[in-house]
Amino acid sequence: MSHEAVIGIETHVELRTRSKMFCGCPVDFGAEPNTNICPVCLGLPGALPVPNEQAIEWTVSLGLALGCAIAPESLFHRKNYFYADLPKNYQISQYDLPLCVNGHLEVETDEGTSRIGITRVHLEEDTGKSTHLGESGRIHAAEAALLDFNRSGIPLMEVVSEPDLRTPEEARAYGMELRAIVLALGVSDAKLEEGSLRFDANVSLRPEGSDELGVKVEVKNMNSLRSLQRALAFEIERQRGILEGGGEVAQETRHWDEEAGLTESGRSKEESSDYRYFPEPDLVPIVIDSERRDELAARLPELPSARRSRYRELGLDAEAARLVAEGDDLAAVFEAALSGGADPQAAANWLTGEVTAHLRRSGTAMAETGLSGDHLAELVAMVEADELSATAAKQVLAGVLEGEGSPRRVAEDRDLMQIADEGALVAAVDTALGEHPDERARLAGGDQKLVGFFVGRVMQATGGKADPKRVSELIRERA
Amino acid sequence: MSDPADLTIAAAGRALRAGDVTARDLLEAVRRRASMTESQLHNYLTLDAAGAEETAETADAAFAAGEDRGPLQGIPIAVKDNMVTRGLETTCSSRILAGYEPPYDATAVARLRRCGAVLVGKTNLDEFAMGSSTENSAYGPTRNPWNPDRVPGGSSGGSAGAVAVGSALGALGSDTGGSIRQPASLCGIVGMKPTYGLVSRFGLIAFASSLDQIGPIARTVDDAVTLFEAIAGHDPADATSYRGEVPEIRPTLDAGIDGLRVGVIEELSGEGIDPEVAEACAAMVDRLEGAGATVEHLSLPSCEHALSAYYLIAPAECSANLARFDGVRYGPRLAGDTVEQMMAATRRDGFGPEVTRRILLGTYALSAGYYEAFYGQAQRVRTMVIRDFEAAYERVDVLVSPTSPSTAFPIGDRTADPLSMYLSDLCTIPSNLLGQPGISVPIGLDADGLPIGLQVLAPALGEAVLFRAAKAVESLAGFDHRPALASSEGAA
Amino acid sequence: MPPVPIDIDIAKVARLARVGLTAEEMERYGAQLGVILEHAARIQALPTEDVPPTAHPLPMVNAFRPDEVSDTLDREEVLSQAPEREGPYFRVPPFLEES
Repeated sequence: MSHEAVIGIETHVELRTRSKMFCGCPVDFGAEPNTNICPVCLGLPGALPVPNEQAIEWTVSLGLALGCAIAPESLFHRKNYFYADLPKNYQISQYDLPLCVNGHLEVETDEGTSRIGITRVHLEEDTGKSTHLGESGRIHAAEAALLDFNRSGIPLMEVVSEPDLRTPEEARAYGMELRAIVLALGVSDAKLEEGSLRFDANVSLRPEGSDELGVKVEVKNMNSLRSLQRALAFEIERQRGILEGGGEVAQETRHWDEEAGLTESGRSKEESSDYRYFPEPDLVPIVIDSERRDELAARLPELPSARRSRYRELGLDAEAARLVAEGDDLAAVFEAALSGGADPQAAANWLTGEVTAHLRRSGTAMAETGLSGDHLAELVAMVEADELSATAAKQVLAGVLEGEGSPRRVAEDRDLMQIADEGALVAAVDTALGEHPDERARLAGGDQKLVGFFVGRVMQATGGKADPKRVSELIRERA
Repeated sequence: MSDPADLTIAAAGRALRAGDVTARDLLEAVRRRASMTESQLHNYLTLDAAGAEETAETADAAFAAGEDRGPLQGIPIAVKDNMVTRGLETTCSSRILAGYEPPYDATAVARLRRCGAVLVGKTNLDEFAMGSSTENSAYGPTRNPWNPDRVPGGSSGGSAGAVAVGSALGALGSDTGGSIRQPASLCGIVGMKPTYGLVSRFGLIAFASSLDQIGPIARTVDDAVTLFEAIAGHDPADATSYRGEVPEIRPTLDAGIDGLRVGVIEELSGEGIDPEVAEACAAMVDRLEGAGATVEHLSLPSCEHALSAYYLIAPAECSANLARFDGVRYGPRLAGDTVEQMMAATRRDGFGPEVTRRILLGTYALSAGYYEAFYGQAQRVRTMVIRDFEAAYERVDVLVSPTSPSTAFPIGDRTADPLSMYLSDLCTIPSNLLGQPGISVPIGLDADGLPIGLQVLAPALGEAVLFRAAKAVESLAGFDHRPALASSEGAA
Repeated sequence: MPPVPIDIDIAKVARLARVGLTAEEMERYGAQLGVILEHAARIQALPTEDVPPTAHPLPMVNAFRPDEVSDTLDREEVLSQAPEREGPYFRVPPFLEES
């Protein structure tokens, strides 16, 4: 009997508001320990929470982007559990009246497109951070733990998917698409490695074709999209092995160990959770009427899927459309280059090729480079007008990225403009032919392979500034 | 002139402005009274000697310079020790906060300071305001100034006792189920719980968030109004704080009872009420009628369920509110091999029995499988009580009842039986569930010489008519008794 | 609503409430809770099918704050109240449970 996997994903997104969810402490990820704290986020006696309106609007915006229904009346609840990094020993979260419900997300993989249901999007507060002291750095055998409450109270959105995902690839694509939407809305840094975007997955296996759900295992601690996919692949195989061996999967929480490439059973709480949710009496209901909802909907930016379709219509292939639409800041430069009259495919090629490689190599963000949309349009135009050879264009781009100025300026400063003077080209070709009489004879005898040889010689002699097409024509004419 | 410790806030204000007395004199007078009575009564947990002197001197300097921040400038006020005060130990009468010095002031405290009031010190209470006798204090009980063998009521027993005996001219208390009104009644003074949301709860260490409200304790209705005006008003730091205008009290305060419709709550007039208390209240109702009030006897059947609903809602909220006391960030800590053990040991040792009982009760009432039957049902009953009172207020302007079913009971009398203690709040609890204002005004003494209080209730934001009716009751009662301890001879 | 039988697993309740009670204390509190709950449970018999719950005494909605930064506390003032600290951190015994 073959099994299929049933996967649901819970995503936590830390919002990039200026201040925390329920107090005015700054949201600043690099601050010294325990400096962004106040009576509210430290759970001091007598302190009271007041919700950040921006965080609520952003959550509604994400809900709208995911096609959710926005609750006309929503409530915060207290979720009660004792944990040393949770200052009040309850988390202000949402329970049966979340801000957004019943949405969906279209996910594309090589297998095609699937529509993944979104159960809910709600808003809560983050916890503080604990670090265990001791050799292993892990909880086991630690002698003490240190607590930093800077993160405590940072707004945290939770997006819960339906168990509609079937493969690790689909789960990864879901994570990628959700991240792209969050970035497009500009509500979070959405950095997995820094924890501002976190995925937990629920995985169970069931016989192919069955409607029933198997025993669910929660997998945590994946800090990249790749590890989300790897962890799920491992976990599915692990469960398949147990089931095919006639065993039973235990309901538990497992932690992904990136280095070992496996999931490990976590130390679960001794008590099965009983969170004793009840309406947060320090807060009043949130009412979002249809007017407010429509206003927020109208303010939504173009979403990644719409942007990709638009780019496809401009002639970009699927991969380029995705890369430009979602790559860090590429889309803004791309759009500006189009406004400057650039050919879409050419502009996209530069962005997904040389520009992306440069950003990766140098570890800089687009904004830190000297490249603008106008620059890119100019570069594309210069290549089209045969003012720059391909080789020279790459060097010009490098100069632009380094902040040396516009492409024309860089080309002139670095003396990279293509030789437009026919006489000079002819002279260069004749010189090359004259220097290699044997090769010239073989070319004249019909050995076409030697065209390339002479083009190389001419390009070398002109410092790459000759137009290789014209050069090869001249070689054939004059050999 | 008599001892300044016996002045009302209003009289002290006049004396200050006439130059007959200084803020420094007032402070010394209440401190003298405290030094004579504290060993017997234990109203205070902490006296802020240096801070009070400094503010008194600032007030005197202000008077000298012709600066006047209003009727509380230079007036010695006591604050219940469940409101945080920056740098001044705040314990909630609990071991779990022993030595705790908060880094900020509660909004109500900050407002008093802004008015130039002199904060004398922090008063004793039932631990975390859970109790009706001020016996549940980790630092020892407070005793009733009228008879030290009796309780002062609670949980604001220290604040009520201090005002009654003259170790403060006025005080702040907090009222979750009657904790201002009941001790005011048992101590023969005025105590008022405002409409929920009129006074910020920011900095009030929460017991039951949807019921807690800070309010004034004073010797006269007029003084209570002065304190109320100082502390009421919107606070952006409290999301449940009322955003509209605070009702204006003074224009109608002296309008008398003539023309007002007064409802007598049947359910709080007979069974369960001490006959002497019931008779005194009935007699006062007759006098109100004689003074021009229209009196109607009304049945509010949901009243009897209010107590049950309260004893589910309050513990449920308290079980979460008190979860933060865990030995991690403040307060004492007991050792443990793991953080879980440390928390469990710290909490067992840090909370007294009544607090532990309510935490357990609330935890149970919220736990899986019981939520709907207990907490959910209690919130529905709350709606029933609200509907009952709404119907009543279509017929009358204010409602009256005894504040407490009995006068001050002996120390130790009810500590062994939690239910009998809970019944002390029978008459006061409905207005907390409703979020409506209530006030207790002394109307006489029983055969043992212990004060009896009449409770006046009004609809939400009905403070104007509430204080007006209360002032009428006060004038008709002409209650001018003071406990024997409130004089140098009595204390000697 | 049909009354829910009062069946108190006091050990579980104490664990959830993080109060480390002795066996003798559990027995005592368990009995007291039984008495109080029996009294409170009377309200279960009330006809509330059509009655909505009231969580708040006053009907208010949408109490928010603008997304603005305000003052933070002085770290030393805060840590001075901690039972145990290590440098800029609060220090506690190791956790038994993972979150």
